[in-house]
This record gives sequence, structure tokens and C-alpha cells, in this order.
Amino acid sequence: MRDNGDETTTIRTFHPESVDHLAPFDRLCLRLGSEEIQARSIKPSSLPPARLIEIEAADWGKAASIAQAEGWRWAGVFAEDRGADLTVNACLERQGVYLMFRAYLAPEKANLPSQAPYYWAADRSERHIQDLFGIRFEDHPDPRRWIRHQAWGEHSHPLRKDFRADGQAIEETPPDHDYPFLKAHGASVYEIPVGPVHAGIIEPGHFRFQAVGETVLHLEERLGYVHKGIEKIAEGRDPLGLARLAGRVSGDTTVGHAWAACMAMERAGGIEIPLRTAYLRGLLAERERVINHLWDLGSLCNDVGFAFGYYQFGRLREQWLRENQAEFGHRLLMDRIVPGGVTIDVPPEAAERMRHSVAILRRELDELLTILDANSSLEDRFLGAGCLSPELASALGALGFVGRASGQSFDARRDAPYSPYDRLQVRVPVESQGDVASRFWTRYKELRISLRLIREMLDGMPEGELSVPWYTPAEGAEGLAAVEGWRGEILCFVRFRADNKICRYWPRDPSVINWPALEKLMIGNIVPDFPVCNKSVNGSYSGHDL
Amino acid sequence: MLRLYGKIFKTGSLTERVSPLPKTISDTVMKDEAVKQAGHRLKTIVDKRFRGSLAIREVDAGSCNACELEIHALNNVYYNIERFGVHFVASPRHADILMVTGPVSRHMEAALRRTYDATPAPKWVIAVGDCGACGGEFGVSYASCGAVANVIPVDLAIPGCPPAPLALIQGLLSLCGRL
Ligand code: SF4
Repeated sequence: MRDNGDETTTIRTFHPESVDHLAPFDRLCLRLGSEEIQARSIKPSSLPPARLIEIEAADWGKAASIAQAEGWRWAGVFAEDRGADLTVNACLERQGVYLMFRAYLAPEKANLPSQAPYYWAADRSERHIQDLFGIRFEDHPDPRRWIRHQAWGEHSHPLRKDFRADGQAIEETPPDHDYPFLKAHGASVYEIPVGPVHAGIIEPGHFRFQAVGETVLHLEERLGYVHKGIEKIAEGRDPLGLARLAGRVSGDTTVGHAWAACMAMERAGGIEIPLRTAYLRGLLAERERVINHLWDLGSLCNDVGFAFGYYQFGRLREQWLRENQAEFGHRLLMDRIVPGGVTIDVPPEAAERMRHSVAILRRELDELLTILDANSSLEDRFLGAGCLSPELASALGALGFVGRASGQSFDARRDAPYSPYDRLQVRVPVESQGDVASRFWTRYKELRISLRLIREMLDGMPEGELSVPWYTPAEGAEGLAAVEGWRGEILCFVRFRADNKICRYWPRDPSVINWPALEKLMIGNIVPDFPVCNKSVNGSYSGHDL
Repeated sequence: MLRLYGKIFKTGSLTERVSPLPKTISDTVMKDEAVKQAGHRLKTIVDKRFRGSLAIREVDAGSCNACELEIHALNNVYYNIERFGVHFVASPRHADILMVTGPVSRHMEAALRRTYDATPAPKWVIAVGDCGACGGEFGVSYASCGAVANVIPVDLAIPGCPPAPLALIQGLLSLCGRL
């Protein structure tokens, strides 16, 4: 196999009875070996703390089936064009340990078995790679195009290095009217196409409902409308430029994505950030969570016609946005996290002001809680709507509040902690009902926990620098980061070229994983409940489409 | 229910005044006393030119979604833009103004053109945010057409990333003031 200069271990035999005590990663390695999968664990990993296993392309699907049987959660896949070869990288997680499977492909024979038969989450992500790299996933259960509409042809592949970022000048991009949607047949079955331009101030996407009467038989999402070529235009940027772009992958998660990108770049360069910086990043991230949860709680009320909740939560949110402007200079906190540090600080007086607003918000939430709790119409609309069973959520690998409302407790802050969360106690609320009510109350609880974390971070903020000098990472240096954004786990991979420029950037917003959950939880609900169900998941279109 | 009414009563009215003439359009810090006049000038124009009701259709043509968040904020209790007679409507056929955000992604190009065509004349287009104004962080690429003006005629651009709600109100005023 390829020689990348690392010491490597070849994976050997597996004796089921003798491996129970082993860590999940060692168990997996043994199992891969015993099933005669051509795999090598690279030591030391070039992506610490994540582990790296190189797999023969032909065994790509089989490796996934074993990982699935061993209880690993599938978290994302991306490809890289390295000139001489292409790589495909799948990221998995179990008990807070991240693992990367990597396979090498010859550019002229770019196909390998799909992992989608074992992991639902792999379905669309593999189609994304198929459209952008021209890599074919054999036995893929649904090989229709996904991210590609009509902006480029079937035989051009924008993320190959020989494809120019500005593409070929097209006069006018035609509409995408021949996407082969699933069809339903039968008496009284009818279709409702919705979007891409929706009736409201929302992002564009298309939904195709098949319904009988008001009951939804099937929902199919068609996304990709806001594909802006983020992965392509990231290439060749300097670290600061990448942080800016990352902050615009999904505007509502600007802190989360900027942090993930900076962490990945810092890991690639072996750069340690000061503890104070980590606390400040944590503070920004929790403020982002508070603001977005307030917005969602209000919007969920609005979607069932409860204007009181909409205005009250909106009022609280606006107060925090203004505090952001006053203390940090930007309402949504864009561009406050930079490679190697942050551009903001919290002097003691500001900390005092923020403690005060935390106390006020807590009181307000207490008061609103009793009002909401006593409102039977709200309860009537939320309870039992849009159920996602824990089994389904686990099979989809659902993240964040969508996962947690359906029994999936993973939270990177607690389970794969990074600074400053390794010093804080992060509680994670979990419910098992999986309906809109669960997702509403999970957000509410997360919001309370964030307020506590903000308090703790303000109280325990150590002295120190706000940034460290940046050193040019080695050519080919790579880094992988996982950050818990307000929607859930954000993944980010970065590879550097020789000149401190980005060679590859791959952000994975939690929406990529959670969007399919909406299709599933709509089944059997009535069409008019779609807005509230959709909002209860609240996927980012921009974060998904890239 | 009593608690609910109590809360409404205690919260009172928070709706703010809009400042007369800002120095810069983007990211002006909200001064409470301020906004009123601009808002009232806007209302005067809306009353006169649009019979008291100005309808806006918002179109996200490829934004990162932060511009949407700030446009949404126009409807919160602090800005409460409806009091000036400005409404966000669901259909372009009901709209006087299209407010377009984002660099126009190529995949949204046709939808944006169609939305524009569906809007009855007279109509005006506001490009919102740095992306809408000039392509912003995304520019022109195989996937993006860049500025809104590259796809449909634009009457006013409101820069900012994203422009704060106040900047949006002031932009609206400056457009309506020209009509
Ligand atoms: S202008 Fe800024 S906030 Fe608005 S869409 Fe562009 S990147 Fe996002």
C-alpha cells in the first residue's frame, strides 16, 4: 500500500470471546482483520485525536458493515483530489472516539462500494461526492444526482483540481425541471410541490408531498438550490480567509463553523490556543446557542398560531443580539473567531453586565415556562406531532436537539470534549418521545444549560493571551475538528498546501445528517402541520448545500 | 390565561423610534430616540405613494441565511415594521418590492428570474447584504452568479454582512424617498 512515511500496523486476527474488554477502536481493528479486510491503522495518526485506518477501496462497503455492527455512528464522508489519486474519507464516531476510514482511488477508475446500504446517513453525502468528483458508489440504493441541478454537466466535476472555479461561462442557468421525483400512484393520491421559493422569509428548497386527503403518505426533499461552491472557492485561501468563509457556511451558525474551521487549521499546524481564548470561544458559542434557541422557541409558537410566544421569545432574542453588538461589535458574532485566537475580549465590567443579563433571562424564562405549560392549545399542537422514534433517530445518526429529543444523547462538548468544555460539566438533556413537543422542550432545557455554562465561563475565565502567532503548517498537513454547534455536531476537515494556503476544506453541518429525519417524521402527519414539523428540525439549507 | 395577560401588560410596548438621518447605512447602533422620524417619513411616503401599504416579497437567492435573520428581526417588537405600513407578503404577485439576499446561486437563477417576472409593475428590487450588492464572500463562480444585479435589475443595494435591521429600514426609506 501507499507509503506516507508513517509507521503502520497491519490489522490481524479477531477472537470474539477475548475482545470484550477492548476499547471500541481496538475491537474494530481486530474485527476488520479477522474478516480479511485489507486495512491498516496508521500510527501515529496524521489527524489526531482522530484515528486513521486505510482501507482497500474494494472493501469500503464491507468495512462500513462491520463498523455498523460494532456500533459506530456514521458522521460524514468527503473526497479529495490529490492529483495522482483520489481519496475518499468516511468519518465515524463511537464513545467520543473519532475514526477516519480512507481509501485511495485511481482517477481513471473512480469507483468503490457504497456505505449507504449500511448507513442511511451516507446516502446523500455519497451522491454529493458523485456529483462533484465523478466518483461512482457501486450498489448505491439511490444513485440519482443530488447537489447537481443544471449549473454544470453530468461529465464535469467541479471539485476535481482540473475544473476551474469560475467554471464555463453559462449565459443563463436553466431551471431543474426533470429531476426524477418518486411518484405515487393510486386513487385519491395527489402531489403537492412546494418551493424553491417559499411563502415566507425562509431559505429555498423544494418539498414534494404525496398525500391522501390531508395525510402525508410521503415527503421528498430536493435541496441544493443554494449551492454556492463553498468547498471549491475555499481552495487557495489563507487561514484568515477560510475562517471568514467558514463563518458564512450557515449564517446562523457562524461561531460554530468558524470555530470548527479554526480548530481544524490549528490542529493541522500543531498550534495550541491559550486557555483564555478557548473560554472566549466557548462563550461566543453558548451565546449563539441561546440566541438561536430563543428564535426557534418563538418560531415554533408562531407556526401553531401562538403569537404571544413568538413576540416574547423574539423580544428576548433581540436583547441578546443587541448585547452582542455592544460587547462584541457584531449582532451575530461573525468574524470574532480567527485562526490562533479571537478578536474580542471580556473585561470584568462586561462580564458583570453579561452575568446580569443571564440572571434576567433566567427569570424571564421561568415566567414564560409557567405560561406555556398552562397553555392547552400549544400542548395540543405540539404533543404527538412529527414523531421520530429513537430507533429511527439512531439509524439516521440524528444530531443535536433532533437526536436528543429521540434518545440520542451524543454531545461533542461532553463526549469528545475540547477546550474549554473539558473543564466544565456539560449536562445533556435527553427525551425519548421524539415529537415536536420533545424538540421544543429539549431546546428549552439546552438553553437553560447554556446559561449556566455562560455563567461558569464568565466566573472561571483565566487570564491570558487572546491569540498566538500563526506558523505556516507543513505542506499536506491535515486537521479534523468536531465542535458542538447549536444544531449539533459540526465536523470540519482542512488540508494545507505548501504556501499556508488551503488545499481542501470540508465542513459538515449537522443539517446534512438531520434533513432526512424530516422526511421520515412527516409520514402520517397532516399537511398543515408541515411548517411546525419543519421548524422543529430546522435544518440549514445553506449549511447543507454548501 | 391571567398570567399570559399579566405578562403582556408588564412587557408593555417596546417598539422603537427610527433615527432621522444616519451617517452610515450599515451597522448603525440603534439609538432609541432616533429611528422614529425615518420611520415616520417612511410611513408618510407609504401612505402617499402606496395607499398606506407597501408589500415586500423576500427572496433568498443563495444567502448564508444571516441576512434572513436580520430581515426577520424587522418584525420583532422592537422594530415592528408593520406600523409603517410595510408588509412581507407570500406571493410575488402581491409585491411592490422584491428584497433579494445572497449571491444569486446558479441553481436559484431561474427561480429568481421567474419571481421577478411574476411581480407586477411598477416594481422595485432591493439587493440586501454585501453578497446581494457585489457578490460578497462568494463572488462569481461555477455555482454563483454573484451580485443580484447580474441577474435582474436592481434599484438599491443595502450593504452590510448582514445589514442590521435599522440599516434595512433606512435603506427602504432612501429607496421610497426617491420614488
Ligand atoms: S451578506 Fe453576509 S450575511 Fe448576507 S448572505 Fe452574504 S455572507 Fe451572509
